[in-house]
Amino acid sequence: MDAESLNRRKFMTISGAAAAAATVGIEGILAARQAPAHAQGTKLHLLRWNDFVPAADEVLLKQMPEASKALGAEVTLERINANDLQARITAAISSGSGPDIIHVLKNWPHLYEKSLADVSDVAEATGKAQGGFYPAMTELCKVGSSWRAVPHAIVGGQIAYRKSLFEEVGAKEFPKTWQQYREVGKKLKAKGYPIGQTAGHTFGDAPVFWYSFMWAWGGKEVEKDARTVAINSKETVESVKFAVGFWKDACDEGGLAWDDSNNNRAFLSGTISATINGASIYVESLRNKEKYKTEKGALMHTDILHAPNPAGPAGVFHLHAPFSHAVMGYSKNQKLAKDFLRWLHGKEQFEAWFVAQKGFSVGSTTDWEKHKMWDLDPVMLPYRTAARAFRLYGYAGPPGRAASEVESKYIITDMYAKAIQGMKPEDSVKWAESELKKIYA
Amino acid sequence: MSRAHPRPIAGGAGGATEAAHLATLPRDATAMGPLARLLEDERVLGFLLLVPTVVLLGLFIAYPFVKGVWLSLTSATVGNPGEFLGLSNYVKIWNDSIFQRAAYNTFVYTAIATVGKLTLGMWLAILLNRHFRGKRLVRASMLLPFIVPTVLSTFAWKWMFDPTFSVLNWSLYHFGFIQTRIGWLTDPVMALGSVILVNIWRGMPFYAITLLAGLQTVNPELHEAAALDGATAWQRFWRITWPLLLPVTMVVTLFSVIQTFADFQLVYVLTGGGPANATHLFATYAYQIGINTGLLGEGAAVSLAMFPILFIIVVIQLWYIRRVEGA
Repeated sequence: MDAESLNRRKFMTISGAAAAAATVGIEGILAARQAPAHAQGTKLHLLRWNDFVPAADEVLLKQMPEASKALGAEVTLERINANDLQARITAAISSGSGPDIIHVLKNWPHLYEKSLADVSDVAEATGKAQGGFYPAMTELCKVGSSWRAVPHAIVGGQIAYRKSLFEEVGAKEFPKTWQQYREVGKKLKAKGYPIGQTAGHTFGDAPVFWYSFMWAWGGKEVEKDARTVAINSKETVESVKFAVGFWKDACDEGGLAWDDSNNNRAFLSGTISATINGASIYVESLRNKEKYKTEKGALMHTDILHAPNPAGPAGVFHLHAPFSHAVMGYSKNQKLAKDFLRWLHGKEQFEAWFVAQKGFSVGSTTDWEKHKMWDLDPVMLPYRTAARAFRLYGYAGPPGRAASEVESKYIITDMYAKAIQGMKPEDSVKWAESELKKIYA
Repeated sequence: MSRAHPRPIAGGAGGATEAAHLATLPRDATAMGPLARLLEDERVLGFLLLVPTVVLLGLFIAYPFVKGVWLSLTSATVGNPGEFLGLSNYVKIWNDSIFQRAAYNTFVYTAIATVGKLTLGMWLAILLNRHFRGKRLVRASMLLPFIVPTVLSTFAWKWMFDPTFSVLNWSLYHFGFIQTRIGWLTDPVMALGSVILVNIWRGMPFYAITLLAGLQTVNPELHEAAALDGATAWQRFWRITWPLLLPVTMVVTLFSVIQTFADFQLVYVLTGGGPANATHLFATYAYQIGINTGLLGEGAAVSLAMFPILFIIVVIQLWYIRRVEGA
């Protein structure tokens, strides 16, 4: 369009489109059938992890050109290993340049609060349109009164187990309590199929298992005031004592050195009978059906079921893996980034990604529990409502910086690992207490 | 006053032209341009030649170091410059049991790995200094552990130490050496031993190739004379080879101690510092605190805690090298 042809009527049309985009986001852009003027020629850089479900990443890669067209800006997706995200975030924030939007895990919105843009308008609109976020996701992304990230999805943790092996030792259904699980596990280990669990320094499965385990006994890091360390309790000591016996009786003792991939390999090669997992074992067994077989020659995926954690004296709890999108404070395209997130988190776009996940990731809002995707595979059904029992790092305090330090130093995991290695349970809890007191001081 | 150096005169057809051109050149510095006159001063020229090195060292060594020292004295977190705290971060880590464990591990790791690499490197160098068929091929292949990127080779070791699928355990079991699997990375002592073993494997070629270069400068006649006088192989090594090789050995040990003390990749890939902090080193713990927790000030303090120790080690070694060379 040249200057001469830009008459008042056309200018008003374009301005109207831009105004619509500014006020109602992507719906406005689409309604106006015109990319917003402010975004012409600009670039938007999204950094995410390499998804465990490649098909879901394929969906995202296809969505990027669509987003570029709708927004009138070039949207690019970069994917890296989840372990490398924090190093990239640190470098980006320190240098004040880098991706406009970054995929944030765990409670990172609290950790990087001052370097993230306020995305309250996007988060609140998304939550309202989709039945409301799970409380844990709100707590993770809303820091004080403003949202520092838009909740995207949750990778649920459930126990993947071998139906045939459990039946062989008399367990027709998955044990309801930790005591029952230990008894079944003892029989399984005697048959050469122990339960496989990591107690090593690995960022996913270790905290997911041991935090949930501690909560099941009623143990907690700190009181609600986030100052009074509460870990040295009768409940925590009992949980550690039980863990030592559980490990010896029922678990693969090599788990002390396992990372997040060891349990997948051990399960798929038939050396363990159960493990906490984000459905990646089942997804892999479906992807390569002929490759993974049971010792009797059956396809492995036909012998896998999922169940929530057993109950302890205090109940059933889970620590899942939450994922959100944060707009970086240094970004010069914050308005565009928020428009993009409105679009990406909108029902139509999210649904395509959600369906590709097949339940490995669940929605961050409750509406997605009702989706017809859940009718496709009953094996994945336990993940459907997994996020309802979602407790956070730092419980009973908030999931703030101190909780991050406790988690990243593996203090809860190591409290159990030390006892498993031979330290008296009371002493390992005292060690954890002394570390927590320094952090929460 | 110095004179301008004449350009060489080319022969052949162009020679006359060059000669004519030479005649027009200035005969002394008074007729030179100001820049040329300035460059005639050796102090100025020397300074200008040093500038690129100083800039590079300043940008990539001095600035990060000073910045690191400053960070360690502040409450800086990611995205927050923080406030000046003095030595608070150092006091905090001094009382931190994980830091104490990491410090202990780092000393044990460096000491055992350095002695192991020196002993085996020397042994290998002496073997490779002999004449045998395929010597060049063996020398080249010996460098492989050093050439392969550390992350890749460490992943291979991770497979070999795998608690479930360890090829080492499988072999030992099938040859009847063990009845139950060895917890290479699960037992705290074995885990530290395993990371030391991998470090020795990776670092030994550096020692071997450097010491081999040193060995080749030792005059064989010295050994022949000693042999004629009835010296044993050990006596020849201890009285001839070792003293002559000492300066090279000290330099290679100096580099190795610095690298081993600050090692990161190997432990990060193999154990992540676990189990229960049994293999944490200064560098892995600093990364955990600085990057994973976002406490840049405290992470910098952990990282810099190794500096005074390294500084003392380096000063002692350099002093010793000068003494040996001066003797």
